[in-house]
Amino acid sequence: MKQSFFSGLRDGIPICLGYIVVSMSFGMFAVARGIPVSTAIALSMTNMTSAGQFAAVNLAGACATFTEIGLATAVVNIRYALMSLVLSQKIEKMSFFKRMLLAAGITDEVFTLASTRGQKVGFSYMAGLIVTPYIGWSLGTILGATVNSLMPVSVVSAMGITLYGMFVAIVVPVAREERPVLMTLLIAISLSCLFKYTPALAALSAGWTIIVVTLITASLAACLFTPVETAKSVEVAK
Amino acid sequence: MSYLTGVILVTSLVTYLVRMLPIVFFKRELSSQWLKAFMYYIPYAVLGTMTFPAILESTRSTLSAGSGFLVAIILAYFNRGLLLTALGAAAAVFVVEYFTI
Repeated sequence: MKQSFFSGLRDGIPICLGYIVVSMSFGMFAVARGIPVSTAIALSMTNMTSAGQFAAVNLAGACATFTEIGLATAVVNIRYALMSLVLSQKIEKMSFFKRMLLAAGITDEVFTLASTRGQKVGFSYMAGLIVTPYIGWSLGTILGATVNSLMPVSVVSAMGITLYGMFVAIVVPVAREERPVLMTLLIAISLSCLFKYTPALAALSAGWTIIVVTLITASLAACLFTPVETAKSVEVAK
Repeated sequence: MSYLTGVILVTSLVTYLVRMLPIVFFKRELSSQWLKAFMYYIPYAVLGTMTFPAILESTRSTLSAGSGFLVAIILAYFNRGLLLTALGAAAAVFVVEYFTI
């Protein structure tokens, strides 16, 4: 086993913890909507996407057609295409088959960690980075769908913030060093508040809001600032 | 094939294709400076959008979520790492909710 595989595994731990919480709530939600435990677990193990699975369970609960479910899944998850494109520039040269494998593990959090690393990422690091969250996502779903009532509400609530806490830990150290990144964040946050609190714009689904705001923000930033060259983004403290 | 099996097949296939097509078929290195900059800023744009204001609704009260957010920013500013920052935020939420809910 390569060293980089283990450093990927380790970097995946915070994602894993956050996923356990989110997928627990998915498991509870699915069972509450009348979806069998086995289906909930199968969905998690084949999709590994929060918003997409919630949408699918909602629609399946309402006996929607496969076309509807397929379209909704595409819309909610289309942001992964953007992330996949960015990662195509970020990964080291690797075979067709390896890229096919890694593609299955592109989530918001995995993408974020991989794309903000200072150097190119290889297959073994990515594999490690994907495995831990995948285990967490599956395990959380099983827990949520079966033994959810054992967790105190206060703990579930506190763990609900962990994924966001991780996001903060990724961006703040870079924003501290690179003013353009700080400005990019401020633009993104302002736009996302605008979309959230303006009644006409709030009709846009969460998936689309992320895409639209991201494209506007990154275009603006690319016009206004040149990135600090040689991509010397601060390595996230381990 | 049962309806639920179909749901699993459709969702997993669509989700996989969305993730797989760009990374597998887009191989050449981008040459445009603007596109490179655009790609460089995308993760930060995504993270900013996903984190705020959504973080404020991630716990049982805006007060506890706001406190967790603040603690996360402080820990992150001093480079405390992903795990410690995430757990610090969760601890802040737990403590604030213990006294206020």
